[in-house]
Amino acid sequence: MIEFHGVHKSYRVGDRTVPALRPIDLTVRAGEVFGLIGHSGAGKSTLLRLINRLEEPSGGRIVVDGVDVTALDAAGLRRFRRQVGMIFQHFNLLASKTVADNVAMPLRLAGELPRRAIERRVEELLARVGLADHAGKYPAQLSGGQKQRVGIARALATEPKILLCDEATSALDPQTTVQVLRLLAEINRELGLTVVLITHEMDVIRRVCDRVAVLDKGEVVEQGPVTEVFLHPRHPTTQGFVQEAEHVDPQACQEALARAPGRVVRLTVLGAATYAPLLGTLARETGIDYSILEGRIDRIKDTPYGQVTLALVGGDFEAALARLRAAGAHVEVLR
Amino acid sequence: MDELFRNVDWYEIGLACLDTLLMLGGSLLFTVLLGLPLGVLLFLTGPRQLFENRPLYAVLSLVVNALRSLPFIILLIVMIPLTVLLTGTSLGVAGAIPPLVAGATPFFARLVETALREVDRGIIEAVQAMGATTRQIVLRALLPEALPGIIAAVTVTAITLVSYTAMAGVVGAGGLGDLAIRFGYQRFQTDVMVVTVVLLLVLVQVLQTIGDRLVLRFSRK
Repeated sequence: MIEFHGVHKSYRVGDRTVPALRPIDLTVRAGEVFGLIGHSGAGKSTLLRLINRLEEPSGGRIVVDGVDVTALDAAGLRRFRRQVGMIFQHFNLLASKTVADNVAMPLRLAGELPRRAIERRVEELLARVGLADHAGKYPAQLSGGQKQRVGIARALATEPKILLCDEATSALDPQTTVQVLRLLAEINRELGLTVVLITHEMDVIRRVCDRVAVLDKGEVVEQGPVTEVFLHPRHPTTQGFVQEAEHVDPQACQEALARAPGRVVRLTVLGAATYAPLLGTLARETGIDYSILEGRIDRIKDTPYGQVTLALVGGDFEAALARLRAAGAHVEVLR
Repeated sequence: MDELFRNVDWYEIGLACLDTLLMLGGSLLFTVLLGLPLGVLLFLTGPRQLFENRPLYAVLSLVVNALRSLPFIILLIVMIPLTVLLTGTSLGVAGAIPPLVAGATPFFARLVETALREVDRGIIEAVQAMGATTRQIVLRALLPEALPGIIAAVTVTAITLVSYTAMAGVVGAGGLGDLAIRFGYQRFQTDVMVVTVVLLLVLVQVLQTIGDRLVLRFSRK
């Protein structure tokens, strides 16, 4: 578990102090995938680096599994860092070392395992990330996705309890992004590792995260389970991220809504109910007619969801609302 | 052949070659031994680096710049007392090596500093995140990553030293450059001039080629 208690950070620029992070209180639960989303300059990268103190906080406390990280001395910090893996947007592999040597590096620096054990562990890690055949290659000979897999293997070498992901997929193409995210989800599931990732893409959050915090200008403006934040975004920044991820054109939506007859509602269903024949039943039972203005059926991590905007004409509107709610749908009346 | 190189004493030339190579080898060895740590220190204490230390960096910078701005021929003479203290003589190959080292070390240290700055900051960050000590960061990450740049720096320094050795004749160190000045230039023996200059040219070519090969061999980008 990672707890932020009133953690803040400011930089000195000349004789002025510029706040980068306002006091932040946040809890990342053990074993979950926690996402931090924000535009560039929102402070998410700083927040992530505070966890393993690559950045020093200006105040507040960060507690990891009961240990106050902010109070650690240099040797304690080095020991703590070995329990925290980190992967980077630009992979940050050593160009002068082979894939195997890159993965072995954290183990060699720690100097606790004998050589044979390190070799075995490296083999095991490379097999896990699907790069067993590339051990002798240099990073320059690998594709972006392969480099990030090496980065992941390296980050897992010391069997950390926490994995920090700094825009880990931002330099990758969409297909590779999906593969790397799948690998991260798999690692989280199989090793029970706590993952904290930062991104500026809501799609990344939607695919792998359990909970999310939205950062805007150094402040957490919204946080909660991804299903909640993603389907019912409250803050304008969050709404912007969701619209971007869903390729929603707010103006086109407004126009469709203005032209629609009758009442307009937004219907959200989660889980198994997503695939239930809800609308047909509704029309038959309440005599209402519906047209779909906009909508999608997709998944948030492992949870299927459907969200559609409907225009409802004729029949008994109130009865229709009651029927929908009884079926477990979340209904928002827009007009 | 004998007619063309009438003034050339091939035995002299051979001795001069040996002197040049001795001066070059000896001074390059000490330049690297002293300049590499100095370059690392310059890098580490520099602005926004691991051991940022403004006063120390300023002092080191000043010393390095002062030594670099001093013409080598002046350094050669100013250093005579120190040279005698170190080697027991201010003459010959031994007398030339301390000033050569003093002249080339600051130059080499700056090149090392630049090569280290070329290493991606992200790599340092990644190694820090693994829980590395500063010593480990320097020895296991920075130096291996900067190796091609450092080899290139050694090459440039070696070639600079070749041209410095030519001036070492002033303290009677001998060498090809000395021969070129005393016989070729001062006694108008064009043939001696041509032979020594060609030999120096070959030496520089060989050094550069070896350096380039090694850089290529250790580059993984």
